[in-house]
Amino acid sequence: MLALSTRQLTKTYKNGVHALRGVDLDVEEGDFFALLGPNGAGKTTLIGIVTSLVSKTGGSASVFGFDIDTQLERAKSCIGIVPQELNFNQFESPMTIVVNQAGFYGIARAEARIRAERYLRQLQLWDKRQMAARGLSGGMKRRLMIARALMHEPRLLILDEPTAGVDIEIRRTMWDFLRDINRHGTTIILTTHYLEEAENLCRNIAIIDKGGIIERDHMSSLLRRLNTQTFVLNTRSPLLETPAISQFNLRRIDEHTLEADIAKEQNLNELFAQLSRLGVEVLSMRNKVNRLEEIFMRLVENRTGNV
Amino acid sequence: MSSELMPSSPASSAPLQGPPHIAAQLPLGRIRWIGFQTIVIREYGRIVRIWGQTLVPSAVTATLYFVIFGSLIGRRVGPMAGFDYRQFIAPGLIMMSIITNSYGNVVSSFFGAKFGKHIEELQVSPLPSWIIVAGYAIGGVMRGLMVGLVVTVVSLFFARLPVAHFIAIIAAAVLTSVVFSLAGFINAVFARSFDQMNFIPVFVLTPLTYFGGVFYSVNMLPAWAQKLSFVNPILHMVNAFRFGFLGTSDVHVASAFLLMLLLAVLLFAVAVQLLERGVGIRD
Repeated sequence: MLALSTRQLTKTYKNGVHALRGVDLDVEEGDFFALLGPNGAGKTTLIGIVTSLVSKTGGSASVFGFDIDTQLERAKSCIGIVPQELNFNQFESPMTIVVNQAGFYGIARAEARIRAERYLRQLQLWDKRQMAARGLSGGMKRRLMIARALMHEPRLLILDEPTAGVDIEIRRTMWDFLRDINRHGTTIILTTHYLEEAENLCRNIAIIDKGGIIERDHMSSLLRRLNTQTFVLNTRSPLLETPAISQFNLRRIDEHTLEADIAKEQNLNELFAQLSRLGVEVLSMRNKVNRLEEIFMRLVENRTGNV
Repeated sequence: MSSELMPSSPASSAPLQGPPHIAAQLPLGRIRWIGFQTIVIREYGRIVRIWGQTLVPSAVTATLYFVIFGSLIGRRVGPMAGFDYRQFIAPGLIMMSIITNSYGNVVSSFFGAKFGKHIEELQVSPLPSWIIVAGYAIGGVMRGLMVGLVVTVVSLFFARLPVAHFIAIIAAAVLTSVVFSLAGFINAVFARSFDQMNFIPVFVLTPLTYFGGVFYSVNMLPAWAQKLSFVNPILHMVNAFRFGFLGTSDVHVASAFLLMLLLAVLLFAVAVQLLERGVGIRD
C-alpha cells in the first residue's frame, strides 16, 4: 500500500511563484524516504499540502488511500508532522503540549497521559515536563516536536529538517530513535539538508528542484550510479609538486596532502603502485565527500548531464 | 542526550510498541468530540493561568464604574426607568464585561496561536473547521460568563439586584457571549498585527457598548437618536439582559433574543467559512 501518493500536484503562490509543477510521488508503506532539494525547491510546500498547511492549486494527493480532497479527516489522522519551525505554544509545558495534541486526534486524556510519559521519557524530556517550553534548549524543543507528532501513533511520520541546528551527538541519537520507529512499522518521510543523514537513514530517495521531482530511486541504486569518488591521501614525506601520474587525476592540496579522483573502472592498487614508484609513501586515506552530496550537486547543478 | 533512553535500549522505561495507529481507526465522531473537549480545556487552562489578565481587570473596572457613576454621579441622576440608578446600570455593566471579555478572549487566543504558529497544531489535526471554531467560541463564552459572574458579585456590593426572569438572564448572557466570541474569532482571522487585533475593540466595540444603553435609558434620547440606537445590536442585548433582572426593557425582548440567535448563526457560518478557506493562516 502507498503511504503517500501525489499526482500532478501543483502549487502557485499568489505572488506568482510556481512552487510545485505537477509532482508525481509515491512512497510505499513502511519506507524510510528522503525528500531532498535545495532551498526553495518545493519540499516544504509539498509537505504543507499533504498536511493542510498549504492549499494546493491543482492535482491530487492521498495518504494510505485517503484522498485529501474527499477524506481529509481520515488522511490527517494517519499523519504526524514534525515541522521545520517551532510551532508549539512556548508558554505551555511539554506535558500540556503533547497531551493536548493527542486530544486533537481523539485520544482521551487518560490514555494521552500514559503516552505522554512514554514519549517524553524516550525523548529525555520527562524531567522537564512541567516547565514552560520556552525554557527548553534548542535540541529539547526539536525532540518535543517529535514526541508531540508521535502521540497519536501516526502511520506516516513526516519530518521536515528535524535535526536542523541540533548538535551531532543529539542528531545521531535522534537517528537511532527514528530508525526504531520505522522498524516498528511507521513510514517516515524525511527532508534534510544533512545529506549524510539521508544516506544513513533512508532506503528510497526523491530529489526535488524548482518544483519538480528530478530523481527518484533506491538510495543504494542512486549511490551505485556514482562514477567517481574522491579520496584524500596523507603522505609521509613532503610533496613539492603534484606527482605526475597519467591515468589518475591528482591534486596537491598541501605538502602532505593529495586528492585523487578514482573512477569506477580504476583500481586503487594501480594508484598506490605508481605513487610508490615515484617514492610517495601514503600514510592514510579517507573518502573526501559525502557521496550523496556529490550526486545531489550534480543533479541540481546540471540536470541535463548524466550522473 | 545519551543513548540509554532510546527506545530500543534495555534501559528504556517503556520500549516503543509496534504502532497500533489508533487515531487512524477511531470513529470521526469520537475524534471530533474529544478534540472539541481538548480545545475547551486548553482555553479554560489559558483563562485560569493568566487570571490576572483575564478575570481581575473587569472586576476593578466595574468597581470604579459603580463608585464614580453609581455612587458619586448617580446620586444626582436620580431614578432611571423607575429604578435606582445603580440598579439600572448594574445589568449593563455586567453585560459590558461579558461582551469585552468573550470578544477579547477569542481574539487574543486565536491571534496568539496564529502569531506563535501553534495554530498549526489544529490545522494539521483531523478536526474539521466547525469544531475548531466551536471550541474557541466556547472558550470565549466561558471567560465571558466567568467575568460576568465576578462583576455580578461586585455589583451586589453596590446595588440590590432583583431577578425578574432568570432564564432571560442566562439566555441573554450566553447568546451575547457566543455572538462576541465569534466576532472576536473573525477579527483574529483577519488581524495581521496586534494593532489590527485592537482596532475593532477600540474603535467599534467600545463606542457601540457605551451607546448601547448601559448607562442610560434610550427613551431619554431624541427620536432620531432612538432610531439610530436601535440599529446597535448591543442595545438589544443589554436591554434583554436588564429585562431578566429588572423586568423592564427599552426594546422588544423577543426580537432581541431572535436578533442574538440570528447573529450567532450568521457569525458561526462566516467564521467556519473563513477557517475552511484558510484566510489569514494558509499561504
